[in-house]
Amino acid sequence: MKLAFQIAYKNLIGSGLRTWLNVIVLSFVFVVIIFFNGLIDGWNQQSLQESIKWEYANGYLLNNDYDPNDAFTIADGHGHLPDSDTKNLTPVLIRQATIYPQGRLKSVLLKGIPAGQETIALPTASLDSSHANIPVLIGKRMAETAKLKEGDQVLMRWRDKNGTFDAADVTVHRIFDTSVASMDNGQIWMPVERLWELTGLHGQATLYIADSDFQTENFDGWNFESQDELLQDFRDLIEMKKVSGNFMYIILLFIALIAIFDTQVLSIFRRQKEIGTYVAMGMTRMQVLRLFTVEGAMYSVFGVVLGMAYGIPLFIVLSRMGITLPEFYQDMGVNLPRTIYPVFGVELIVLTVLALIISATLVSLIPARKIARMDPVMALKGKIQ
Amino acid sequence: MKIAIITLLVLGFIHQDPGTDASSIIKKVDDNMISNTQISITKMIIHGRRNSRTVASKNYAEGTEKSYTEYLSPAREEGTKMLKLEDNLWIYSPSTDRTIQLSGHMLRQSVMGSDLSYEDMMEDRKLTEVYNAQKIGQETINGRKTWVLELHAKVDDASYESQKLWIDQERFVPLRQEMYAKSGKLLKRAEASDVKRVDGRWYPMKMNYKDVLKEGKGTDFVITDIQFDVKIPEYIFSKASLKR
Repeated sequence: MKLAFQIAYKNLIGSGLRTWLNVIVLSFVFVVIIFFNGLIDGWNQQSLQESIKWEYANGYLLNNDYDPNDAFTIADGHGHLPDSDTKNLTPVLIRQATIYPQGRLKSVLLKGIPAGQETIALPTASLDSSHANIPVLIGKRMAETAKLKEGDQVLMRWRDKNGTFDAADVTVHRIFDTSVASMDNGQIWMPVERLWELTGLHGQATLYIADSDFQTENFDGWNFESQDELLQDFRDLIEMKKVSGNFMYIILLFIALIAIFDTQVLSIFRRQKEIGTYVAMGMTRMQVLRLFTVEGAMYSVFGVVLGMAYGIPLFIVLSRMGITLPEFYQDMGVNLPRTIYPVFGVELIVLTVLALIISATLVSLIPARKIARMDPVMALKGKIQ
Repeated sequence: MKIAIITLLVLGFIHQDPGTDASSIIKKVDDNMISNTQISITKMIIHGRRNSRTVASKNYAEGTEKSYTEYLSPAREEGTKMLKLEDNLWIYSPSTDRTIQLSGHMLRQSVMGSDLSYEDMMEDRKLTEVYNAQKIGQETINGRKTWVLELHAKVDDASYESQKLWIDQERFVPLRQEMYAKSGKLLKRAEASDVKRVDGRWYPMKMNYKDVLKEGKGTDFVITDIQFDVKIPEYIFSKASLKR
């Protein structure tokens, strides 16, 4: 076996540019696969952390009549829990409203949350210091779409608990920046006490956000969804991205493997005399076959080594500096951090290396099998068989 | 002294004339404007920032709770149908061959870019059921003498807490209508003109509807043909009719 490695190594080095072209393609595939997987893993990790921090905390206690995926349920999907039950719970009341920035009509979700809450990262504490009649917080995306800035007043129209229209100017107290689009897009946040006054829905909440000390209990008329359940949708999205990413990896790998396959087929065709000599000098057909298979596999080893040579410094830089996405990605409606820091785990690298070496070995084995059927005399003569 | 008392009584009697007190005025308005059934062909002229576009439709209505609209033009909207049954609104789009029920924020979207939202179309109760009226003066609009009425909601679930109406004194047609929020902010204004007598009723053939919070000239509704109290087959007001 050692001999096979030595001969294979010398053969590959001796082949010069042909070898290096294969190795460069393989190294590129290796780096691209690891890069994209690392990017998705980084996005996944960051977004999960941000979603917990900004949106879900330890989970939601949802009113049974409210379905987050059904806008029909917003009007009536609210209720009241006695104060004794709301320890470790932050109430959020959701209503629908319309704002008129620069005379344009825009539908929004109006959300009330206690200004003193610390369960999620929404900077509500600053609302207490506002002297405006109706101070509100909006996200950066919302500010951009509505062309609003801090201190601006915008006319808002909403309906009270009986469905009667009311309208007043609200003041943008602060614009917050979050990667969690579902806390930002088309939403206006205000102190829940003020929203209770405006709508007449005193003490009502559409959902409660549970903090880390919350103990799951059964509340009549309410349904608890844990952090894991709430994040499942996002995990499914990531899973889907990974599956669709696999198609790209397969195509890239296929191109690289075709190059190896092609080289091996050519080798067997052009190196018949060499094969005949090996057999004449006492090598069994299996040994020759092993030699050619090792040669093919060695392309992938060289590819991995070269890929690591330029990939590792690149990955280190990327994981530290992150990749900043263009602004328009923020409007896609999914939780996408402005800067994604890729995560390159050992498991990811090891699996990619194995996938590359195993597939290259298998691909080399297929043309090499032909050697087993060669007549050594004819091979020595260089006759095409 | 006697003469003064009699004079006061007479004036009081005149003031209490049941034909012109505010509540009987809005009752007459309801009677005039709302028919058992109605079929009309209308043009909705939507004034945009740069240009205007016209959407034609054929409308069927039964009382205030059932209505069915089929859009006739332009080509982009042709075949779109809308059905309202009490509190529910469905829209059928021929391009997707799908019917969707409008809810939540979708109800607050404007109807084909007009100043009228879908939820405005859901308003269906008679004025007398919702408001207490008070006569606050008289004005002349386009040469027509009107009573100015202030309406305050007498039920909790009125869409507009108050309204101001300018009612034609002879024809009992609201020539102008202003709708206010609870805070007193003016939200919408409707102006009626080209009042014609159709099947024994005075009816405005042109209306301008304006969301005053929005910029622009509002939306015009022009009735090209209207029939009152005609028989409408029951299937028209069914979801099945949307896909016909």
